[in-house]
Amino acid sequence: MSKIIHAPLCADEIQTLRAGDSVLLSGTIYTGRDAAHKRLCALIGEGKELPFDIRNQVIYYAGPCPAKPGDAIGSCGPTTSYRMDAYAPMLCDRGLIGMIGKGQRSQTVINALTRNGGVYFAATGGAGALIATCVKSAEVVAFDDLGTEAIRRLTVENLPLIIAIDAHGGNLYEEGPDLYRK
Amino acid sequence: MREIDVRRIEDTIYELFLSACCEIGEDVLSLLRSNLEMEESPFGREVLRQLIQNDELAAQRKMPICQDTGMAVIFMNIGQDVHLVGGDVNLAIESGVRRAYRDGYFRASVLSPLERINTRDNTPAVVHMRIVPGDRIEITAAPKGFGSENMSRLWMLTPSQGIEGVKDAVVETVRLAGGNPCPPVVVGVGIGGTAECAMLMAKHSLTRECGTPSSEPVLADMERELLKRINGLGIGPQGLGGTTTALAVHIEQMPTHIAGLPVAVNMQCHAARHKSASI
Repeated sequence: MSKIIHAPLCADEIQTLRAGDSVLLSGTIYTGRDAAHKRLCALIGEGKELPFDIRNQVIYYAGPCPAKPGDAIGSCGPTTSYRMDAYAPMLCDRGLIGMIGKGQRSQTVINALTRNGGVYFAATGGAGALIATCVKSAEVVAFDDLGTEAIRRLTVENLPLIIAIDAHGGNLYEEGPDLYRK
Repeated sequence: MREIDVRRIEDTIYELFLSACCEIGEDVLSLLRSNLEMEESPFGREVLRQLIQNDELAAQRKMPICQDTGMAVIFMNIGQDVHLVGGDVNLAIESGVRRAYRDGYFRASVLSPLERINTRDNTPAVVHMRIVPGDRIEITAAPKGFGSENMSRLWMLTPSQGIEGVKDAVVETVRLAGGNPCPPVVVGVGIGGTAECAMLMAKHSLTRECGTPSSEPVLADMERELLKRINGLGIGPQGLGGTTTALAVHIEQMPTHIAGLPVAVNMQCHAARHKSASI
C-alpha cells in the first residue's frame, strides 16, 4: 500500500518515512537539473535571492520534453541524481526538504538529508510517458533561457515514488542490492 | 551506379527517429515481459511493470518513451555503387534529425561542451558511415540517452589479463554504474582494435536485435556467462535490488595490436532504441 503525501512537505511527516516505503505524491514541486542547480548555487554564493522560496519544497531532477498541444507537459522522467550532488547540500541547508531523481547519492548528500530532516525519492527512470500523466500543470518560474533545463513549477497528482534515502540514513540503494547479490 | 537523392536519406532519417523515440522494439518489450516473470524482488517487479506500461503508453500516444531522446546516433552503410545526388548528404542528415526532433516534440538535449549553450534543435547528429559493396544504403537510427552513456568505460587491458580480465572489466563497469544507467541495461562490449574502434564496436553491438546472441560461438558463450554474472550483482531494476540488472550482453571483436587488449563497455538503458531501414 502506498502512503499518500503532499508537497510542499511537512517536516514531521518526513521523519515517519523510511527507505523502501512507496508513496504517491501530490501537490507542487519544482523541476531543476544541472544548469539550474549551478545558477541557484551561484545566486546563493553572491548572497542574492533565489527565484523561488525553497523552504520545505521538493526539487525534481527532470528536463521534460516539450508539451504537445493540449498536454500539460511532454515525457518527464527523472534524470540521474549524482550530478546534482555537488549542489544539493547547499540547497538542503537552506530549507530544501525533498529531492526526486534516480540513482545513488554521495555521503555528503546523505549527511545533508540527515542533518536537515530531508528525504530523497526515486522515480522510475525511463518511464517518462507514464510520469507525464501525473503532471497536471507546468509553468516556467526561472531561467527560461535554459530551455528544458529551466525551473518549472509542476502540479502533480499521485506521482508514484519510492523512498530511496530517508532522514535517518536508511538507503535502499545499499539495502536493496544486498538482498539479491549472489 | 544507382542514383539516390539525399532527400530520401533525409526523409528516412526523419521517419526512423520519429519511430525510434516513441516505439520500443518488440525485442526489448518481450525481454522486459520475460524478466518480469522471473524477477525475485517486489520493487523490481513493480519497476518492470511500470516500464512495460510506459512503453505501451508511449507507442499509443506517440510520446517519447523517455524524456531523454538522446543524441541522434546514426549508422550508415553506403553501397559503393551508389551515387548521391541532390545536395550535401551531411546537411540532409542534419535536416532529418532537426525535423524529427521538432515535429516529434522531442527534447533538444545537445549543447556546446564547454560553454554549455544549447543548439536548440538536437543537432549535430553523431554519424558513422561505412562504404560497403552493393547499391543500397542501410540506415540505423539509435537515439542515445546519457544516463547510460555516462556510465560507459574504456579499459586498456594488458594481454596478460586475457579473457578473464575482459570479463571482469565488463562486470566491474556494470557494478560501478549501479542504478545510474537505468537498469535493466543492455551492455554493449567491443574487444580489440584501437581505443576508439573498441568503443565504436561496443556502440554498434547495441543496434543488434536485443538478446540475439553473437554469431561467433566464443562471443555468444561469453555473452551468456556475463549476463548471468551481471544479474548476480543484485543491482536490479533501477538499482533498488533485484535479479534483473541486464536484459542482454552484446559483444563484438576485431584483431588488435600485440601489445594491447582494449575493452570498451557502452552502457544502454532499458530504452534500447534502434530502428533501421534500407533504401
